[in-house]
Amino acid sequence: MVPLSYYLTVAACLFSVGIIGLFLNRKNVIVILMCIELLLLAVNINLAAFSHFLQDLSGQIFIFFVLTVAASEVAVGLAILVAFYRNRRSINVDDINTLQG
Amino acid sequence: MLELGFFYLFAGLAVISALGVVLSRNTVHSVMFLIFCFFNAAGLFFLLDAEFIGIILILIYVGAVMVLFMFVVMMLEVNFASLREGMSRYLPVGGVIALVLLVEIIAAAGSGVFSPTGIPDPGHAAQELNNTVEIGKLLYTRYLLGFEIAAIVLLVALVGAVVLTLRSRKDAKYQNISRQVNVRPEDRLRKVKM
Repeated sequence: MVPLSYYLTVAACLFSVGIIGLFLNRKNVIVILMCIELLLLAVNINLAAFSHFLQDLSGQIFIFFVLTVAASEVAVGLAILVAFYRNRRSINVDDINTLQG
Repeated sequence: MLELGFFYLFAGLAVISALGVVLSRNTVHSVMFLIFCFFNAAGLFFLLDAEFIGIILILIYVGAVMVLFMFVVMMLEVNFASLREGMSRYLPVGGVIALVLLVEIIAAAGSGVFSPTGIPDPGHAAQELNNTVEIGKLLYTRYLLGFEIAAIVLLVALVGAVVLTLRSRKDAKYQNISRQVNVRPEDRLRKVKM
């Protein structure tokens, strides 16, 4: 039997890798979106692990909601990216400065 | 013992492929690594008795979301190599933050609260218990409002993605349906006296 702490450790590793990816690929929006997917996946593994070990199915329902929000985020994010690429011919984060943020 | 072996397999491959997502030079390879990572995470979900979520992860994530990523990566004509310049500049700060986070979470995970004595392993669910049915019972009763909100979120994302990317091209020829419907015989046919 696999203890709960092992699952939490795996999720922590995935989360950390996602954070590193956010810092390393600061120019590429697509990789940034994929790193956000990694972070959400780590959270989902935590939810599933606690759902199993506490015998409560609510955790799996929440995975469902997280997946929903992540899917819509990707859809809208990639749509914004495509629209931006059409105007500027670039997906460099440094070029996304129209709002002077 | 077998379960522990599979756990190590799935977990190790998931973490390695996650590193591949972050470090690979080609963005297409990143997408492929992420797909592999999702497959392994689905294996972890199967080990956790979350069969429905595992299948959903493969069907929706790998089948829809990652294919969308792949389409966008291949459609955009971008020099991805130039986007990787200055990558090592952010490595120290990102590495330190991620390492601190990792140590903190692992320390919390191994602190004994989540050890087998703290939260005992309940064992696997009975063979005849259907995970999908159980999720459905809970989703359509206690979490019905959340389910409907999730549906609206998906609808808004769908419409938003279409609105963002739709453009009317000037050079394309379109049907004008109202003109087509309103056309009369006199507009099309002219009687000429011979």
